[in-house]
Amino acid sequence: MLNHRSDTSFAFPVKVSLLSAGLFLGLFFFLPLILVFGVSLASRGMYGGITWIVTWENYQRVFDPLVGMIFLRSLFLAGLTTLICAVVGFPLAYCLSRASKPWQLILLTLVMIPFWTNFLVRTYAWVLILRADGILNSLLIGVGLLDAPLSLLFTDLSVFVGLVYGYLPFMVLPLVVAIERIPPQLEDAAFDLYASMGGMFRHVLLPLSTPGFLAGGVLVFIPSLGAFITPYLLGGGQNMMLGTFIQQEFLVARDWPFGSALSFGLMGTVLLTWFLLGRMSVEKEPS
Amino acid sequence: MKNLIPLLVVFLILLLAGGCSESSTSPESPPSQHSTLYYFTWSDYVDAGVVAKFEETRGVRVVIDTFSSNEELLAKVQTGMTGYDVVVPSDFMAGIMGRLGLLAELDLEKISRVQDLEPHLRQLSFDPTNRFAIPYLWGTVGMGYNADVVTETPTSWEALWDPKFSGRISLLNDEREVFGMALQTLGYSLNSVDPQAIQQAKHKLMRQKPLVKAYTSEQFDQLLVAGEVVLAHAWGGPIARAMREHPSIRYALPEEGGMMWTDCLAVLASSRQQALAMDFINYLLDEEVALATTRRLLFASANRHVRDRLPEDIRTNTAVYPPNDMLTRMEWLEDVQEAIRYYDRAWTELKVH
Repeated sequence: MLNHRSDTSFAFPVKVSLLSAGLFLGLFFFLPLILVFGVSLASRGMYGGITWIVTWENYQRVFDPLVGMIFLRSLFLAGLTTLICAVVGFPLAYCLSRASKPWQLILLTLVMIPFWTNFLVRTYAWVLILRADGILNSLLIGVGLLDAPLSLLFTDLSVFVGLVYGYLPFMVLPLVVAIERIPPQLEDAAFDLYASMGGMFRHVLLPLSTPGFLAGGVLVFIPSLGAFITPYLLGGGQNMMLGTFIQQEFLVARDWPFGSALSFGLMGTVLLTWFLLGRMSVEKEPS
Repeated sequence: MKNLIPLLVVFLILLLAGGCSESSTSPESPPSQHSTLYYFTWSDYVDAGVVAKFEETRGVRVVIDTFSSNEELLAKVQTGMTGYDVVVPSDFMAGIMGRLGLLAELDLEKISRVQDLEPHLRQLSFDPTNRFAIPYLWGTVGMGYNADVVTETPTSWEALWDPKFSGRISLLNDEREVFGMALQTLGYSLNSVDPQAIQQAKHKLMRQKPLVKAYTSEQFDQLLVAGEVVLAHAWGGPIARAMREHPSIRYALPEEGGMMWTDCLAVLASSRQQALAMDFINYLLDEEVALATTRRLLFASANRHVRDRLPEDIRTNTAVYPPNDMLTRMEWLEDVQEAIRYYDRAWTELKVH
């Protein structure tokens, strides 16, 4: 950002790039947003079109307890996904950032490789892994741990596994950046001062990698909150989540205005989370 | 920037609504030496050989694009500038699109095959005179099951409430189909607009939910083949195809009647190739072409001459052709207009609790 500059007159190239960035944001972000907002105030046409009768009704419906339950379920699952990504991602990120250079490159590439395959395909792969005659059940039965296959697919658990799998790299990468900035000597210093492993982690690593956790948390939490593909394919249509609910309003119920209002509800939730996280990070910042 | 993805989705939908975006298959500029016909149909609903032959004999190019639900078709066509010529709405959707003025009037002199329609597909309420749409392929909604596990042939929708198959039942992920099925078990029409009846159906479906493995309209045939489910609320065609992979899969129609549907061929009012489009429709309804289509897709043809020429195993398969005595008992899905709100609400409640 440029706001640390004292003078506000920028050089010409800066002006051009600011203008193009502004244009890009305006055209591809604010304009569509305004369109969605406009639609969210309209009424549903008989056959799914939009009737331009301005109403707040769609927003009132967002605060319906039924919709509230869908929000709560999605918030809970997204929160849990973020937490597990952090718990699983930290050791991985730590090893990555403390590995020697060639190894680091190899490991980072391994983290990134799944991105070369379409997310939809990777999610379908989980269907093959988790179903009754799938890889996991066959393996567990094969080694004698199970007699009958477990029912894994189409549960909240399978949605959760899919979300953690899908968004884990978004937690790992910011954490790697944060941990790399912590000099290894600090860890040695902590041990020299008779810190236990846990103590060192609590007093040195954890506080210093907070920016990584926050950045990763935002990157994992927000897409899991509105995730559509994962609950759609792995949830078996059993439990409505925000993403599937919005899709239903647009494509099945043909109620675009309510779908738009729901999207704004989702955005509001995201902004609120962002704001709270921002406040947390300000408080944590060493003065 | 991953957080922008939900926004982007909404955003793309709106771009479509504004007609600012054109899909990759939309026509470039109309005047080219070869005319191109844009055919918008269901996924996996085309026999490639049949289309190739049309291209060859007419010297045209046919570009195929697919949709996965009637609502998706409607949403896309409502944006106005789709560039498609021939579309394949189901019965009730053909009625809606006709009423909305999205479909061109068919020139029945050019579509002579309209004479060959199956008797029960004539004078259907959504378009009695085939003004806008002509039935193309048709079928039923019933139950697919694995006879190794479900040893007694299911005779009623009530089989889908049988605790013996708990966790091994799948339902279609479609509010009208699922509620229609439940309404039929309660003795109502599947097109009921009575909020009380819909509430009753909801309570009945809530009791069923713990037994249901998945609500899916795309995967039920694979789940049945994989053994993940043993009893599936299903469309006949995919079950008929699943039988080829797994011999113990069977299909049963419920005594309550079940549902009949037909997908129709229609020309968009915005089409710039109306004559070619009518020719294409007539071609698809041709006996030889329809025969090849049904043999490959295992959906019954609207052309009444096709049935007798099919191999025995297809002709007598109830997943393809329901028994004649069932025909009169089956219901058509009709547009329920404003009452769709009751269905939406009840469906959401079913999915939340």
